[in-house]
Amino acid sequence: MRKILLGLMLGILSTTGYAAAPSGNLMDAQVDVSDQGSLQRGAKLFANNCMGCHSAKYVRWNALPEPLGVSMEMVEDNLIYGAYQAGDTINAAMRSEDGAEWFGAAPPDLSLTARARGADWVYTYLNSFYRDPDASIGWNNKLLANSSMPHVLWRLQGVPEAEYEDTANGVQVAGIRVPDAQQGMLSTAEYHQATRDITNYMAFMAEPVRAKRQEIGVWVIGFLVIFTGLAYLMKREYWRDIH
Amino acid sequence: MSEATTKAQGGLLGWVDARFPLTKMWNEHVGEYYAPKNFNFWYYFGALSLFVLVNQLLTGIWLTMNYNPSAAGAFDSVEYIMRDVEWGWLIRYMHSTGASAFFVVVYLHMFRALLYGSYQKPRELIWIFGMIIYLVLMAEAFMGYMLPWGQMSYWGAQVIISLFGAIPIVGEQLALWIRGDFNISGVTLNRFFALHVVALPLALVGLVVFHILALHEVGSNNPDGVNIKDHKTKDGKPKDGIPFHPYYTVKDTFGLGVFLIFFSAVVFFAPEMGGLFLEPPNFQPANPLQTPEHIAPVWYFTAFYSILRAIPDKFGGVLAMGSAIFLLFLLPWIDRGKVRSIRYRGLGHKVALGLFAVAFVCLSYLGLKAPSNVYFGLTVTTWAQIWTMVYFGFFAFLFAYTAFGFERTKPVPERVTE
Amino acid sequence: MSQEGASNSRRRFLTGAVGVVGGVGAAYVAVPFLAYWKPSARTKAAGAPVEVDTSTLEPGQKINLTWRGQPVWVIRRSEAAIESLAAMDDTVSDPLSNVSSQQPAYAQNPHRSIDPEYLVLVPICTHLGCIPSYMPQAGSLDADWQGGFFCPCHGSKFDLAGRVYRGVPAPTNLQVPPHRMASNGSLVIGEDPEAA
Repeated sequence: MRKILLGLMLGILSTTGYAAAPSGNLMDAQVDVSDQGSLQRGAKLFANNCMGCHSAKYVRWNALPEPLGVSMEMVEDNLIYGAYQAGDTINAAMRSEDGAEWFGAAPPDLSLTARARGADWVYTYLNSFYRDPDASIGWNNKLLANSSMPHVLWRLQGVPEAEYEDTANGVQVAGIRVPDAQQGMLSTAEYHQATRDITNYMAFMAEPVRAKRQEIGVWVIGFLVIFTGLAYLMKREYWRDIH
Repeated sequence: MSEATTKAQGGLLGWVDARFPLTKMWNEHVGEYYAPKNFNFWYYFGALSLFVLVNQLLTGIWLTMNYNPSAAGAFDSVEYIMRDVEWGWLIRYMHSTGASAFFVVVYLHMFRALLYGSYQKPRELIWIFGMIIYLVLMAEAFMGYMLPWGQMSYWGAQVIISLFGAIPIVGEQLALWIRGDFNISGVTLNRFFALHVVALPLALVGLVVFHILALHEVGSNNPDGVNIKDHKTKDGKPKDGIPFHPYYTVKDTFGLGVFLIFFSAVVFFAPEMGGLFLEPPNFQPANPLQTPEHIAPVWYFTAFYSILRAIPDKFGGVLAMGSAIFLLFLLPWIDRGKVRSIRYRGLGHKVALGLFAVAFVCLSYLGLKAPSNVYFGLTVTTWAQIWTMVYFGFFAFLFAYTAFGFERTKPVPERVTE
Repeated sequence: MSQEGASNSRRRFLTGAVGVVGGVGAAYVAVPFLAYWKPSARTKAAGAPVEVDTSTLEPGQKINLTWRGQPVWVIRRSEAAIESLAAMDDTVSDPLSNVSSQQPAYAQNPHRSIDPEYLVLVPICTHLGCIPSYMPQAGSLDADWQGGFFCPCHGSKFDLAGRVYRGVPAPTNLQVPPHRMASNGSLVIGEDPEAA
């Protein structure tokens, strides 16, 4: 009986793979929030490419240095554009009303996107843009059709074109490819790395304490194992009276 | 440690004892409470439930210090706790994981009662108190889940409150009364907050006291289902009983250690439990204009949610869900068997109870899935209907099996085994 | 029920060990619960230094502002007011500002400020926390009044450097918060001057 139950509890623990978002064909972002190099690159890319339109209103600038392994001066010099007061949060350069007017929808706050959608979703999204002459903004996204976000990273990736396919449900996008003539500054592998860094940074922003809690968790469980071992010896000692 | 010697004690304890029954209460409920010596693995979960309750009360009080129960501020204040308040993330994860852990231990605790017939005479009231605790706990969990004011909080509440709307004639008015607004809003959030942090915890603590007092009045059951008070030593102690303290306090300390290892593993390494304990859409602020693609309640409600969805009629579904819980209340009277423990009961009961447990687990799983999903050629809805029949079939079978003398039981030993 | 025997000392040892380890664990658990009450990141951000432009302040005028949720007054003293401070030394109980908790070291001087002209003060009476009235005009309280602060709650008096009079209920001088003159001429409250 004991074994069955233990197995059951372990089983519950191992269901962490249970799909968070509509899974299916998402790319694996291999998130590792303890990879400070990746977080630093991601923060820089995020500051240069995302913060124009998107805020991360729950994230304070002065909460970045420690997890990213940099000094506050480096954050101020490299990431913050415009006026800064100690303890400020990450704001978009653009007003969200303007965004609603320009793109048809206000660019969402990105503090928690990696948690609400899943990091793999973010990674896949950033790799699913293609040029679409029919769309009002000139771009479309295979993962989120008619997304109102333009392909901000096109200078890095190049201009991806969709490969269309006739199916029973009409013409659909089968794949995305960057033609040789429209290559960007980065190779395919480099672009994957760059978008993974952004994703990693967004996963960090969604739960800044993630790396730290895992670190603490090891100690807590180590302590509890010792405590439980002692408690077991104590229990056995007392129960000598009964058996 | 008889009463005479403790009464004679001097010092501070003697002073208190002359004015308050401290030693008397300790002896009655711990020091000289004689519990059967053959408790097994299943008997850890009562004490663990109590521990989780304390955890929820403590972390809950702390969360309340920074939580803002308003539609405009609730979501932000939870993120504030998670990021800006020192150790706020830990307190919050302890509370959110504790909610799920509460149901884990309570479900195991309840299944123990089913296994060993702990609901049977003379323990019917213990069972009733326990069922009320379970009901209050469900209300507590439901209202607590609304407080972060994320998409799941909002739409989960929307679905559950709409259930009341299914009641004929008064339904719509009732739902309106519960919401206090024409749609779920900050008004609803405020009253649920009040109930979640004040009213229901008070009720829970009181009910737990009743549950334990009733237990200590009739004495604990055990895996053999025999009455240990039938065989007493000359000085009136049950021969198969041992004092709760120190024997079960040390045993429960060990059990607590094991539990805490599992608990910490979730808190520190998988607080979302892959979307089971904290659902991803709940990291988006509530939006009354947009429903998430797939709404599922938190895992501890999904068995009943499955039953609700299995019935293709709105009111019928609500009725089925209600009776799935209500039937459990009647269990002491549905089961006419004279033998308590599964060890000595008929094969039919063993199979039926096993199927009942499987049905509960399967229904819980199915409740997480979209109705159109297909398993082995059958849709989730069809599977849910099958297992719903098994769920209700258990009660019908149990009554017929025991009331009309079909059960072939084994002889129950006089004393506890081993 | 307990049995005397060889296992008794082992039992005592194990019970003690579990008690000690459990106690250590409980103490560690208490840390997050206690630290939870410390000022949060938001509170600290809200308590960041405040910059104030003093260029439009006329002698005798004051600016009200809050820093860390407390009122702070910035007062520009006239030449006459600065000169009159020395004459108050016999009237006040701590003329040399010897109580170091009431001002930063760089404000422990006759005028209790960095710039003699600008007095920066937390106007909370050191008696029981009322906010005194600012009465800069000589003779405005009584005939001997040389200008200063008067607490209406219990009658404590302070001079124009926030020094407390003898024989009033307030025990110490009014507090001077950390402050510095910024390079652009404005005043920053809540920050010490960079290494002088």
